[in-house]
Amino acid sequence: MMRFMLLFSRQGKLRLQKWYLATSDKERKKMVRELMQVVLARKPKMCSFLEWRDLKVVYKRYASLYFCCAIEGQDNELITLELIHRYVELLDKYFGSVCELDIIFNFEKAYFILDEFLMGGDVQDTSKKSVLKAIEQADLLQEVRAGPVRKRRKRTKAKGALPTLDTLPAGPSCPFPTSLWRLAPKAPGWPAGPQALTARGGR
Amino acid sequence: MSDIVEKTLTALPGLFLQNQSVSGPAAAKASFSSRLGGLVRGITALTSKHEEEKLIQQELNNLKATVSAPTTTLKMMKECMVRLIYCEMLGYDASFGYIHAIKLAQQGNLLEKRVGYLAVSLFLHESHELLLLLVNTVVKDLQSTNLVEVCMALTIVSQIFPREMIPAVLPLIEDKLQHSKEIIRRKAVLALYKFYLIAPNQVQHIHIKFRKALCDRDVGVMAASLHIYLRMIKENSSAYKDLTGSFVTILKQVVGGKLPVDFNYHSVPAPWLQIQLLRILGLLGKDDQRTSELMYDVLDESLRRAELNHNVTYAILFECVHTVYSVYPKSELLEKAAKCIGRFVLSPKINLKYLGLKALTYVIQQDPTLALQHQMTIIECLDHPDPIIKREVLGEYSYLLDKETPEEVITKLYKLLRSDSISSETKAWIIAAVTKLTPQAHSSNIVERLIQEFTTSLDTCLRQHAFELKHLHENVKFMKGLLPVDKSCEDMVVDASLSFLDGFVAEELSQGAAPYKPHHQRQEEKLSQGKVLSFEPYGLSFSSSGFSGRQSPAGISLGSDISGNSTETGLKETNSLKLEGIKKLWGKEGYLPKKESKTGDETEALPVPQENIIMENVDQIITKNDQSQALTQSKEEKEKQLLASSLFVGLGSESTISLLGKADTLSHKFRRKSKVKETKSGQTTTAENVTRSSFSSSSNVTYEEDYYLDNFQDRGDKEIKKFSLNSELLDSESLTELPLIEKISNCRLSTPSLFAVNNMEVFHPPQSTAASVANEISLASSLLEETTEHMHSDLMEVCHNETISVSSYKIWKDECLLMVWSVFNKSASELKSANLEIAPAENFKITEQPGCCLPVIEAESTRNFQYSVQMEKPFTEGNLSGFINYQVMDTHSVQLEFSVNLSLLDFIRPLKISTEDFGKLWLSFANDVKQNVKMSESQAALPSTLKALQQELRLHVVDIIGNEGLLACQLLPSIPCLLHFRVHGDMLALWFRSSCSTLPDYLLYQCQKIIFHYRLLQDIEYNSLWYTSIKGIL
Repeated sequence: MMRFMLLFSRQGKLRLQKWYLATSDKERKKMVRELMQVVLARKPKMCSFLEWRDLKVVYKRYASLYFCCAIEGQDNELITLELIHRYVELLDKYFGSVCELDIIFNFEKAYFILDEFLMGGDVQDTSKKSVLKAIEQADLLQEVRAGPVRKRRKRTKAKGALPTLDTLPAGPSCPFPTSLWRLAPKAPGWPAGPQALTARGGR
Repeated sequence: MSDIVEKTLTALPGLFLQNQSVSGPAAAKASFSSRLGGLVRGITALTSKHEEEKLIQQELNNLKATVSAPTTTLKMMKECMVRLIYCEMLGYDASFGYIHAIKLAQQGNLLEKRVGYLAVSLFLHESHELLLLLVNTVVKDLQSTNLVEVCMALTIVSQIFPREMIPAVLPLIEDKLQHSKEIIRRKAVLALYKFYLIAPNQVQHIHIKFRKALCDRDVGVMAASLHIYLRMIKENSSAYKDLTGSFVTILKQVVGGKLPVDFNYHSVPAPWLQIQLLRILGLLGKDDQRTSELMYDVLDESLRRAELNHNVTYAILFECVHTVYSVYPKSELLEKAAKCIGRFVLSPKINLKYLGLKALTYVIQQDPTLALQHQMTIIECLDHPDPIIKREVLGEYSYLLDKETPEEVITKLYKLLRSDSISSETKAWIIAAVTKLTPQAHSSNIVERLIQEFTTSLDTCLRQHAFELKHLHENVKFMKGLLPVDKSCEDMVVDASLSFLDGFVAEELSQGAAPYKPHHQRQEEKLSQGKVLSFEPYGLSFSSSGFSGRQSPAGISLGSDISGNSTETGLKETNSLKLEGIKKLWGKEGYLPKKESKTGDETEALPVPQENIIMENVDQIITKNDQSQALTQSKEEKEKQLLASSLFVGLGSESTISLLGKADTLSHKFRRKSKVKETKSGQTTTAENVTRSSFSSSSNVTYEEDYYLDNFQDRGDKEIKKFSLNSELLDSESLTELPLIEKISNCRLSTPSLFAVNNMEVFHPPQSTAASVANEISLASSLLEETTEHMHSDLMEVCHNETISVSSYKIWKDECLLMVWSVFNKSASELKSANLEIAPAENFKITEQPGCCLPVIEAESTRNFQYSVQMEKPFTEGNLSGFINYQVMDTHSVQLEFSVNLSLLDFIRPLKISTEDFGKLWLSFANDVKQNVKMSESQAALPSTLKALQQELRLHVVDIIGNEGLLACQLLPSIPCLLHFRVHGDMLALWFRSSCSTLPDYLLYQCQKIIFHYRLLQDIEYNSLWYTSIKGIL
């Protein structure tokens, strides 16, 4: 069972946190701080697994964002790595070429997707299609009430010159295929380059 | 760069508007985006943490006003909630909004409800009282006809739900197991799984329904039920044996690709499901042959299918191997699994390698030959840059021991050592591994051979390790204590906070002792009292040099304080030995200003004739404090090393394992503890300041010393004595050389502890135990006058019989070596015509001193025979042999033979020259030898190392300039040799020059020995502390 999942930037800013085991607020903060330090200090060539406290930590960096999961002793590290990757795929599919800004400004959506994917720390639904269907259903219901259906920006394979996850061999071994993920932060403190935003805004 | 940010920020609001106009979302959406966007943007624009705090506080105040205002619509509330979540994520308290989150979940439409539920799940913890208010909402939503609402309710239940309220929703959720929509059924199963985790007895009655879920036509529901089964089988596997067949069938179908394509992950069928099933099968088949037989086929199939070179197939493979090894063994499968592990270990991907090595550790227990197959890979992994990998590798050997005799392993390691293909760093690790194995081995031929070979190795590091091994090997009993067989270090808990000392500390405090202060605090205080002066020229650098900057903020701040140049210190990690700055403050005349500040304090009242004696004492005290501090720190450092490498002793500074979590936790604990102490000490700080500035630091010293003493127990005591003596030497040296020697001789007589300096000298053969105590005392009392003037070795019995006992010692006189043989007549009668003769030796010129032929040795008395020895030809080891004959009662003559070893070191004397002369001489010598030696961290302080060398090798410290030290000595009669030491990081660069070609090599060898002894000493000390603290816990 997963104990918690953290998303944080290379600058050590927390972007998302999900705790699956009751933990006090103070303890959470301490753990987040500690783990961030440990993970950020690691070099790119080092392996993605850590033994930390009584937990195993699996982390993976996508562009400027670290995805970090703490699992229990019996759990499989490699599949957790794939779990992270699947989550990124889901985000990517939902946001359409996701970047860190999407997660900052729409973090609640990121939470909803996570809740649909994992439940109580275990995988609930591994099918990409059905997770997104569930999310879309909820979105749709909301937006029917709230007003006209908003078309989500979407970069389809046919239109976009950019490759998406589906067109490239996936897996942590290959660099994240979307260009926005590749954008390194251009200025300290700012999560992603301004180009990301302009590109986004134009659509 | 900054204007890009600027532009981005100014462009942001516009972009949001643009975004809004293009996509045309609802007004609520737009206002939400821009407001959260505004907050995010605002925070990003700030430069300091303080500003951020201010901004967030302001934001929270606004939010507080908004959420409690009656006019606030739910739409606005939803938007506020998102901002509250954001603030909480940044680490600020938004507890005032919790109740509103519950309200939102209760009252809002779907859009708002979802955010409300999310906020609740993020804000509250399981036992939060507000959670009870949510129960009604959940019940209502569970009964809703809207699927989305039901889903939300089930999600929140599986996320966070008060245990005592489970009965209120349980029947509703049970009903959902029959729901027509699979997504509802699936979530219901997971919600029940959550209940099972927090209150297993509440869901006991629905076990039968779990079975239904397992047979559900939807794969998702079935997969969800496996979570529950895994948990239940873990607790009681025997109750579910009947399900084995079902699980096997399911796995067969999955592996065979019978599932809908939706469940594929990168063309691998349902990997999560496969892994879950494999884990369940592993638990069911454990120690159960019949059940295991049912699954052999499918396991074989899984191993075969997982061929794709993709991470997810490796994940399945790994789990499969695990299962194969946990179920009842089948050789065919084991073989295949072993092959798979080989694939992992040999993989260039570091993640796979790591897991492969981990798998090896548990596989070895069943099949040690497998590890041997991969021995080379394992050894190669030792060179891996990731310390985690290294650690994993080192673990192999302890497991290997289970099946193999230590001798075999050592032999293998030895073979490896001799091959040229591996780097010297790896070799050093291997020697360390051998060191660890040695105490468990019964025969030690190979070890001896290894020692012999590598003590002469060209690589310094290897040589050091070999020496470590050599000396440990000489003292087997001690070695066994140091490296226990069964107690893997991993399992030991070190009380880093030294809490077992708390009582003692409290007691001392109540008796008026000054509270302990962390080093940096003392430092700050000292610096703030600039006029009163801080009085340690070298102690500072000693303590700040020991560790790298990242781990010790104290060390860094200390360094920057002193040098006054923080940017520079930031660059250097080991900010050691910044002596320049201090020296300016602290010349030899630097003590003078103290006279003014001393007025009116106790010390003045004492009849002290010489000012500098007090100075010296104070200096000594402070240095001692720093020493203890440094030792405490080095101890912490060691702890990390030890815990992290978990297998090795004396790895020295090579192991950069600071990344390991465990170690970090420890250090944090440690620091926190010291912080507490700091606060405790707050009240008495002023008092201490006074004491300090007035130099009557007696109480302070007692405290410090006691604190330290208790840490190290008796051994620590001796260490202190030694260290303080060293520091004393350092001070006294500038005044006169004579007292130095005196003190050394005092030291030699007074500290015959196991670890005292004299025992560590390699050129002294061990003392004979045959000599009686009384004998020694009488001999000691009969030491020649010269012994008080010159340095001398200990008395050592060379031969004895029932009548006499002959001991000898060396006096290192300025111009020659004086050998003294003391003949003690144990009998009650006189001995007549006693004569002692030394055989002429090749390399020496031996001159008999007057009074060597004595007609009579009275009963129970001692006579000394002296010979001065001069060297004619340089050598490394020499031997003096001779005999003594005498007559008892005029009857027969008795002859006793003896021999004494001499080393070149006996003919090395300090060469007292000035720095200028040193410079001149340096240029005139042609023979030069350079070598880098690794030191343990706390040893990195140059002055202390030089002191040790001065004491052990009789070198003269000419000067210490910054991180460089100059030493000079001469080989009698007059061959000078100059030494240049330079510290950078934990490396000590040694540079020797002499007119004689062999001398530098020899001295280098000796220096390395001494430095190694220092290291060993610290390891021992550390280990003793370690055991003490463990005892404290037990």
